[in-house]
Amino acid sequence: MAVVETRDLTKVFKEGQLGAVNHVNLETREGEFLVFLGPSGSGKTTLLRMIAGLETPTSGEILIGGQVVNDLSPRERRIAMVFQSYALYPHLSVYKNIAFPLKAQNVKKELHKEKVEWAASLLGIGALLDRKPRELSGGERQRVALARAIVREPAVFLLDEPLSNLDAKLRASAREELERFHRRVGTTTIYVTHDQVEAMAMGDRVMVLNKGVVRQLGTPTDVYDNPADTFVATFLGSPPMNLAELGDVIVGFRPEHFRPAPTISDAAVPFRFKVENIEYLGSEWIVSGTLVGEKLEGKKVFSRLSSAQNLQLGCMYDFAVPQSYLKFFDRSSEKRVAPRVVSWH
Amino acid sequence: MAKGISRRFWGKLVHVLVLTTFTILLAFPFYWMLITSFKQNLDLYTMENNPFLFNTKPTLDHVKFLFTETRFVRWLGNTAFVGVVVVAITLVLAVPAAYSLARLSGRWGERLGIGIFLTYLVPPTLLFIPLSRVVAYLGLQDSLWALILVYPTFTVPFSIWLLMGFFKSIPKELEDAAMVDGLTRFGAFVKLVIPISVSGILTVVIFTFTLVTQEFVYALTFISSESNQMIGTGIPIFLVRGDVYYWGALMAACLIASLPIAFMYNLFLDRFIAGFTVGAVK
Amino acid sequence: MALASNKIKSIGAAQSPLLGAAMFSPAVLYILLLVGGPFFLAIFYAFSDARIGNAEMHFVGLENFRSILQSPSFRVAIRNSFIFTICSQIVVTVGANILAISLEKTFRGRGLIRFLILLPWVAPIALGAIGWKWILDSIYSVITWALVAVHIYKPFSAPMWLGEPRLAIASVLLVHSWRLMPFSTVILLAGRTAIPKDIPEAAAVDGAGFWRTQLQIVIPMMRPIISVAVLFGLIFTFTDMTVVYILTAGGPFDSTQTLPSLAFALGIQGSDLAAGAAISLFLVPLLVIIAYFMLRVAHRAEVN
Ligand SMILES: Nc1ncnc2c1ncn2[C@@H]1O[C@H](COP(=O)(O)OP(=O)(O)O)[C@@H](O)[C@H]1O
Ligand SMILES: [Mg+2]
Repeated sequence: MAVVETRDLTKVFKEGQLGAVNHVNLETREGEFLVFLGPSGSGKTTLLRMIAGLETPTSGEILIGGQVVNDLSPRERRIAMVFQSYALYPHLSVYKNIAFPLKAQNVKKELHKEKVEWAASLLGIGALLDRKPRELSGGERQRVALARAIVREPAVFLLDEPLSNLDAKLRASAREELERFHRRVGTTTIYVTHDQVEAMAMGDRVMVLNKGVVRQLGTPTDVYDNPADTFVATFLGSPPMNLAELGDVIVGFRPEHFRPAPTISDAAVPFRFKVENIEYLGSEWIVSGTLVGEKLEGKKVFSRLSSAQNLQLGCMYDFAVPQSYLKFFDRSSEKRVAPRVVSWH
Repeated sequence: MAKGISRRFWGKLVHVLVLTTFTILLAFPFYWMLITSFKQNLDLYTMENNPFLFNTKPTLDHVKFLFTETRFVRWLGNTAFVGVVVVAITLVLAVPAAYSLARLSGRWGERLGIGIFLTYLVPPTLLFIPLSRVVAYLGLQDSLWALILVYPTFTVPFSIWLLMGFFKSIPKELEDAAMVDGLTRFGAFVKLVIPISVSGILTVVIFTFTLVTQEFVYALTFISSESNQMIGTGIPIFLVRGDVYYWGALMAACLIASLPIAFMYNLFLDRFIAGFTVGAVK
Repeated sequence: MALASNKIKSIGAAQSPLLGAAMFSPAVLYILLLVGGPFFLAIFYAFSDARIGNAEMHFVGLENFRSILQSPSFRVAIRNSFIFTICSQIVVTVGANILAISLEKTFRGRGLIRFLILLPWVAPIALGAIGWKWILDSIYSVITWALVAVHIYKPFSAPMWLGEPRLAIASVLLVHSWRLMPFSTVILLAGRTAIPKDIPEAAAVDGAGFWRTQLQIVIPMMRPIISVAVLFGLIFTFTDMTVVYILTAGGPFDSTQTLPSLAFALGIQGSDLAAGAAISLFLVPLLVIIAYFMLRVAHRAEVN
């Protein structure tokens, strides 16, 4: 097991253009499950590939287990990677796919069978060893890719959107299985995804990226409850955080904290809310509409409620947000600032 | 640090060496044609001279000789004439056939298509003896029309095969939409499919033309008189007088005839390759 | 409702067998007449005593085949055909794989290099061969000059490349390999670029070096496309008579004769149509085998 560190890591694909990854500093913890989260094109894959040694950094350093590995080839970095497409070798059986890293690293031949069987049983694919990749379902392929990654007991696991090729139902169960798998092997893992649900559910910590820049690195609760800037605030959560500009600050509140006034007992900021649309999602309701009155007149906001049966389209209601749930951001830098008193009216 | 750099350096060095070696081996004869074309005979036939250099002044004599004293221009014309007519025949036969086999004839068409591809594997060296009798029977000996009659035997099968792949890649919905809009099946083919397939058809034109210029066996078998030769046979056979090789003129002729064909072929290379890969590359 | 759906079917989904037949039959008819017909004519000649300039013809059974099989020049020809075909394919496949690897990545000047490398294939082979005839000339050969210059041979004692049977065979082999290498290279290159990039990357992460990645992952994955290149290469070499005809005309002493060039020498130049046809029929078994494998590759490609 080992810690991965990057120092000022930058990748510029075309000179003169904006970097795909810009000055990234990060340090994983021993045995941690770290998630890179960001919209598509934010540089997650590029960052991961630099750590794997598949892409040469433009500047900056990568350290694995305290050693600078910039000049080491992928094979010398003791890492394992699961690709988005799984990259199984189509001409080799499952057994030979899993055994390939052992062969490539000159592990003694006698040990192959035992290790392959260990990895296969860990992932529950012991019965598939004779099949070719094209005879497997998506979920089975993903497990073979994981088995191939685990078999040589790497220092670090790198996974690039390994669930994005599975259908929605399978994805949930595969996610759970991955978590269990990580708890069992305890290897430091870096996991790339653009799916915030995956990130929140699986990550010990989440690193939010945008345009190749780290926006925030923290636990899932951290990034959700205390977003470092408006990008993180709106990228996480669905519907996203409501933002309202008031003077030189931006005030934000999550839809689940924007509720009918009578249900709130703490100190709260009141609003008049005109309901314009109601969506029923089974376990919850998403209500959208506009604020009414003075400075925020016409501002579109969302509310997430466990029940909205007594609300009617086109009607006006008294809503409120508890004072303690308000987030404040500087208007020019969009970074979060300490709570302050603002005039709403 | 040093380790990474030196490994990259050696990798690059090997890469450059391999490429240089192969390029020299493969392109050398053409370089040799070039240098020979412009050397004076005195220089060519003095054994002590370093053959890689011009030991006397370069000359245009061989090129002049080629264009004035030989039938070279006539052969170029013959080749162009046969090429154009064969291209026309090939298009007329292959375009409708390929469309029909790709679209209209279902499972059957697929099999017939493969059958036609297999005829491409039947070489001229298997057919030239009986075909020489057919040509004689038709009274076409020593006539360019003999070549025009026979060349489509190898241009048509391959063209059908190439075009079938091309037509299959056009979405069916496009034709369906055209027919819903009131065109007939054949109307959709003429007014919609052919215009969309211009680049595929152009590929076939170029490919057919280059195949005609490259052909040797039939031209050698059917054509005897000097003035009816194609470039492929005229240059190597009729630029030699008895035992005397006019090497300067020969090489100039080879180069002048080869380069345009090579250029055309190169432009359409990727498409030709698609025709050869039999679907083994997707 | 029923009417409407019927109509849609007749326009869209269903094929039009009549129109289809009308569109492909000219081509099929042409091929039947000028490929199928002559092919059977060749078989017919092979069992007859047909000669150019002789209108009469008799059925002679296996007589032609018997006399061919006894003739030493036929044995040399069939041996040469196999030597040229197999050896050149080995040289070509090894060389083309190396060349395809080095052309895979983009670099400055790649287009020019590709053009130069392709010349032997795209230029008419008759002209390429005559270029080689000049390079291998008995007196003014540049190869001889170079060997003399580095003192491997003394002046005037160097071998005649096309004048001694063994060297002539080697020369023909060289020209065949030279001619087919570009073709094989571009086919393999197409196969190589079709492999998803993350497969060799996964191999690199799994710990495989350059050679292991090539030999155990990439090249095995390219098996179908390599077979295609080899199958075409076999056909092109086995059925070719241009290279031999121009380079050596089968000489010295029939030592470089191949099946097609011998068929030409006997059937056309020697006017013995029957013997020529019988010899060229010996091409058929290999062609059938190759066609079989070609269909297998195509079928597999379709299944996957
Ligand atoms: N090989 C490449 N060449 C040029 N640009 C690239 C390359 N790979 C990625 N990029 C660019 O870098 C940016 C980040 O890409 P990527 O790391 O794949 O993002 P993500 O994985 O977060 O979707 C994108 O703008 C992408 O277009
Ligand atoms: Mg990505």
